[in-house]
Amino acid sequence: MVFHRFRRKAINAVMLTLTGLCTLMAVGTLVFILGYLFEHGGRSLTLDFFTKLPAPVGETGGGMANALLGSAKLLLLASCIGVPIGFLGGVYLAEFGRSGFSSVVRYTTDLLNGVPSIVIGVFAYTLIVLRHGFSTMAGGIALGVMMIPIAIRSSEEFMRAVPLSLREAAMALGASKTRAVFTVVIPAAKEGIITGIMLDLARVAGETAPLLFTSYGNNFWSPGWDQPTAALPVMVYNYAISPFEDWHQQAWSAGFVLLMLVLTVNIMARVILSRKGHVAR
Amino acid sequence: MSPMQAPSPQPASDVTMSSQTFPMQMAEEKKQVAGELSKLSTTNLNFYYGSFQALHGISMQVYANRVTAFIGPSGCGKSTFLRTINRMYETIRTSRAEGEILLDGEDIFRLEVSELRKRVGMVFQRSNPFPKSIFDNIAYGPRINGSVSRSGMKDHVEQSLRRAALWDEVKDKLNASAYSLSGGQQQRLCIARALAVDPEVLLLDEPCSALDPIATAKIEDLIFQLKDSCTIVIVTHNMQQAARVADYTGFFLMGKLIEFDTTTVIFKNPARKETEDYITGRFG
Repeated sequence: MVFHRFRRKAINAVMLTLTGLCTLMAVGTLVFILGYLFEHGGRSLTLDFFTKLPAPVGETGGGMANALLGSAKLLLLASCIGVPIGFLGGVYLAEFGRSGFSSVVRYTTDLLNGVPSIVIGVFAYTLIVLRHGFSTMAGGIALGVMMIPIAIRSSEEFMRAVPLSLREAAMALGASKTRAVFTVVIPAAKEGIITGIMLDLARVAGETAPLLFTSYGNNFWSPGWDQPTAALPVMVYNYAISPFEDWHQQAWSAGFVLLMLVLTVNIMARVILSRKGHVAR
Repeated sequence: MSPMQAPSPQPASDVTMSSQTFPMQMAEEKKQVAGELSKLSTTNLNFYYGSFQALHGISMQVYANRVTAFIGPSGCGKSTFLRTINRMYETIRTSRAEGEILLDGEDIFRLEVSELRKRVGMVFQRSNPFPKSIFDNIAYGPRINGSVSRSGMKDHVEQSLRRAALWDEVKDKLNASAYSLSGGQQQRLCIARALAVDPEVLLLDEPCSALDPIATAKIEDLIFQLKDSCTIVIVTHNMQQAARVADYTGFFLMGKLIEFDTTTVIFKNPARKETEDYITGRFG
């Protein structure tokens, strides 16, 4: 008896320590990255970073204003493509799809989600860049395609979470299925859908590989949509592999800003979701 | 008293009839009680979920401005029958109804389904208010049907809430979420929401099964008041409730309508052994 109790307590203690340690390592990594980035990039972050163009090679100073705007334009374009397709695709899967066809679509979507981002870049390169050259347009389309699978699946999941009884209530009042979906189900799921799309956007905001082949990079402003443009993640890449100490510093700053943006979007998404009373995942 | 005499609409005299007369009358296809106006009439209604037959040849009348209750053990088909009347079963792909249901003499299977559901409202077992404000919950039906003008909506919402005896409790918080109400209030909100479409028939699918006795009493009071303007069909597990609120009661068992008569007869003097066994609690 005594031995059994001892054994049970020992196993309990070992498992508790093990799980606790692993949790600590997971959280610790994030805290470490945040701290490291703040140490190297955050402290040297100046107003110039947000307002000035990159300095020519050989000069110090300058900023990444063009990359900030470039990233914003790329994300806007990506949303214009990824959000409507993803959202409406999700509506179809959750509400209207027949089971056979839906599972094919769902499977395909999951596969698309698993396609390495650099492959999406090459895809956009072959389809757009080879004909029209590097451009904001090409980069936005590549990011937009990357957004579709998560937008579809998260919209679908949040709509599925709306109880059947609400659809029935709407239809019992004379609403058609489509009407019920658009006036009851989507409003009920909207916080979740918006959150999913925000997290999706935050994810593609940090993508570098597809942009290397599409929007390429630019040391100057990129007016319109048909010229190469700078983007934050690509700037981080280019500056970090450069031989200049000053550029390394700026790459740290860009990385820090990018992380802060993603973090802000994530936190906003959680707040929206928790205000609704959903459990944040 | 002649054994062939047609049943009287007065429950009191029904009770005095000898029970031997009823088996003969049950043999008739459908009884039409004198002095009552038929609102809904079903003839030989069969219902299938895939290959499973859930209803077997239901033929009966629901009378206008009366409360008709259906009782029976779980899975006996009473809820299915209710969902056939407003064609809610159609959301289940493999289900299928055969036979005839007439609403004021019109074949419901030929009506536009949204038109049918405007005329035949439904309240569900679990209250299911929309995650919207109290006002928007009530206004939902009139809005999608375009039956009430924008300017008249406020009055219409008030009137609907008054009909459901909820107005006094919510008049100061019409913009609050419907989820801020108690369980009983939410169910009355669902009744008000159904009433806002001005249905001719109101189907209640075990509306009190999740409520406490006080909330249940309120809903039963409400049913009495609504009789004047609606025909009410209620499915209930609670036999006392059927006895309290219903004018007519039908007893379902294994997908068959075993007996249908005035509530007084069903509870005091049932013609069929199965009905008596169920009511006296010998099974079910």
